[in-house]
Amino acid sequence: MEKERQVLVIFPHPDDEAFGVSGTISTHVKNGTPVTYACLTLGEMGRNLGNPPFATRESLPLIRKKELQKAADVMGIQDLRMMGYRDKTLEFENDEKLSNMVTELIEELNPSLIITFYPDYSVHPDHEATARAVVRAVRRLPKASRPKLHCLAFSKNCEEALGQPDILVDITPVKDQKIGAMKAHISQTAWMLKDLEKGIQQNDPEALKWVTVERFWSYQWENDTVE
Amino acid sequence: MEPIKIADVQGIITQLARQDVYIHLETTNGAYASHFNEGFFSAGAYIRNAKVNYEHGKIIGDGPYRVGLKIEIGWIYAEGLTHYEFDEQGRLLLAGHGADGKLAVALEISPTPFS
Repeated sequence: MEKERQVLVIFPHPDDEAFGVSGTISTHVKNGTPVTYACLTLGEMGRNLGNPPFATRESLPLIRKKELQKAADVMGIQDLRMMGYRDKTLEFENDEKLSNMVTELIEELNPSLIITFYPDYSVHPDHEATARAVVRAVRRLPKASRPKLHCLAFSKNCEEALGQPDILVDITPVKDQKIGAMKAHISQTAWMLKDLEKGIQQNDPEALKWVTVERFWSYQWENDTVE
Repeated sequence: MEPIKIADVQGIITQLARQDVYIHLETTNGAYASHFNEGFFSAGAYIRNAKVNYEHGKIIGDGPYRVGLKIEIGWIYAEGLTHYEFDEQGRLLLAGHGADGKLAVALEISPTPFS
């Protein structure tokens, strides 16, 4: 993996980073690269509240905030920013203002790499709105001074439309950090971690994927359709 | 939260009537419903901090429960409610949780705005 000057990770929900990127983040931290994680909401609208419930609609954000801080600790992130937006409302925000928020982060941090979702291929409306805001902000920069933009995609048609991901990160050396980050978000991940840990123990290839490699697409500026 | 006790909840609903209150009302299938099941028609609605003054309200059913609030020239209602909490801020939090542990509906009434 190339050594970066500064990495900026932008996602809307606590736990978005855990599944697809926590191994990559941990690797950058291990390489001595400063990583900033801007998390736009506190996942206030999460539906995993249990039955019997372990939280209410009103107490969930406080729980998820603590989980996010714990995940950041596990990955070694020194600079965690909680941006104060509300879950499931990002696509209704003023697009210009949302992009300006990203622009301010870029101007302050001067990242050499930005990691976010891939617009149109990331399923959740908040993921899409975040991805569009990042693309618009990076697009404002002169081509020569744009940071690299690595995107996560997981919609059903993403490989058909984008091809195979061009960035593969071997995360086996930081497997423990990845599992630790997923575990930190236990209110949202308990249901899947049970199966995942069993799968890892039994060397199930589907489960092992989670702790061996993370995949990204470089944003394809030549096919940029973000408005 | 604990499973709804109808008499208790009715008492709180009545206590919060005829004063300005703030409502959080939400119903959802989750943002991933159509991703995991392509044929699924996903729908939801959400309002937070609607300021109302209801003249009376009722909780009805054998569980899950329905709650209706009669406002000056209209109505607010929710169905599928299973759990409640009357918290230290005097807010009545009602929620409907499926067997899968996921929230499907929430109706909350507060004398002060929600954060």
